[in-house]
Amino acid sequence: MALTRSALRLFSGRFTQACQVRGYADAPSMSLTFAAPSQVLYNNISVKQIDVPSFSGSFGILPAHVPTLAVLKPGVVTIFENDGSTKKFFVSSGTVTINEDSTVQLLAEEAVPVDSLDISAAKELLAQSQSQLASASSEVAKAEAEISIEVSEALVKACE
Amino acid sequence: MFSRSAAIIPQCSQQVRGMATLKMISIRLKSVKNIQKITQSMKMVSAAKYTKAERELKLARPYGIGSQEFYKKAEVKDEEGEKGQLIIAISSDRGLCGAVHSSIGRIVKADIAANPNTKVVIVGDKVRNILQRLYAKNIAMVVTEVGRKPAVFGDAAVVAQSIINSGIEFSKGKILFNAFRTVVSFRTTEMPLYSQSAVANASKLPVYDSLDSDVIQSYTEFSLASLLFYSMKENATSEQSSRMTAMDNASKNAGEMIDKLTMTFNRTRQAVITRELIEIISGAAALETKN
Repeated sequence: MALTRSALRLFSGRFTQACQVRGYADAPSMSLTFAAPSQVLYNNISVKQIDVPSFSGSFGILPAHVPTLAVLKPGVVTIFENDGSTKKFFVSSGTVTINEDSTVQLLAEEAVPVDSLDISAAKELLAQSQSQLASASSEVAKAEAEISIEVSEALVKACE
Repeated sequence: MFSRSAAIIPQCSQQVRGMATLKMISIRLKSVKNIQKITQSMKMVSAAKYTKAERELKLARPYGIGSQEFYKKAEVKDEEGEKGQLIIAISSDRGLCGAVHSSIGRIVKADIAANPNTKVVIVGDKVRNILQRLYAKNIAMVVTEVGRKPAVFGDAAVVAQSIINSGIEFSKGKILFNAFRTVVSFRTTEMPLYSQSAVANASKLPVYDSLDSDVIQSYTEFSLASLLFYSMKENATSEQSSRMTAMDNASKNAGEMIDKLTMTFNRTRQAVITRELIEIISGAAALETKN
């Protein structure tokens, strides 16, 4: 009995708080700028959700997400647009900034639509990078080969 | 025969004088025509390069503006510190492009005069030549082989990597470049550059969730490369459009010179002919009266 009463109080408290602050349902949708040095994919377009792969874990960004910075890992960015369609892009690296006013800047070094990826070329790249790692002599060369492997593995995974 | 040779000798000396002037004018005329051809072809080449550069700039603008957003939204300010100022001056190796390089050089000089504790990273030979004489000590690094081919992100990454590897420390920083406005105008602008500690002490940084120094370091390094790339693209477009205008003016001036020289040439030629005729006629008249 006491449990349910306290549970009710908790629930009503949160309910009133939600009424004071606007609920997530009508938060302003976020405006996305997704660009690479040589192309613009989205320029201040309002979208529903963005899934990004980052070094601190893959996460999804909804409107009113807490502001943060993250560094992108090679992987697939999924964008859920307002009309319900989904677009996937493979990014090699970059940064994502989520600001207080719900603007998101997704700056990728290279971004390609997943449909234009060729799985055989990706597998070839993976094999090449692995042989590079085997023959790498210096620390720098080893690190570069490891980066190359990471990207090609992500590429192969994106194609599947 | 004697009379003819007698008539010829004074003619020769007059003619030598007249012809030398004629020859000099025609040599000058030929060289100005060549120069006009060269400037016209340079104008065509820059026009083609400008079109390409402007197209690439349009695609790079959202990327460049997006890279600056964080620093504006987080209200990052310059550090209060004594580590000095870092200026990255963007120019190129090639001249004949109007005021593009000299405007950057002028601002760097004024800045160094105001704060002597300034280090300059120069991209492109032209600004290095401007600063070499008086401020060689302030030059930290020079990047050459710039301007022949359009810049790609990899170039900016190489420059950013060298800056990071050199371990330059600064409290204030800026990137100086020429922002492209229209075909006939550009504006020398500065983009602020913030050190890692300036970012860490930003007033709105606590708003940003789950940040550690690793993320801030990677973020600032990547955004240095992005900002450098964007400023290189803008500068390249301004340079090509400025060169186009400069070469166009040069061709027009050369055309005016050619017109003036042609007039002088024709007048001199007619004067020489008239002189010859006068000599012949007066010589013949003298012979006649003698007879």
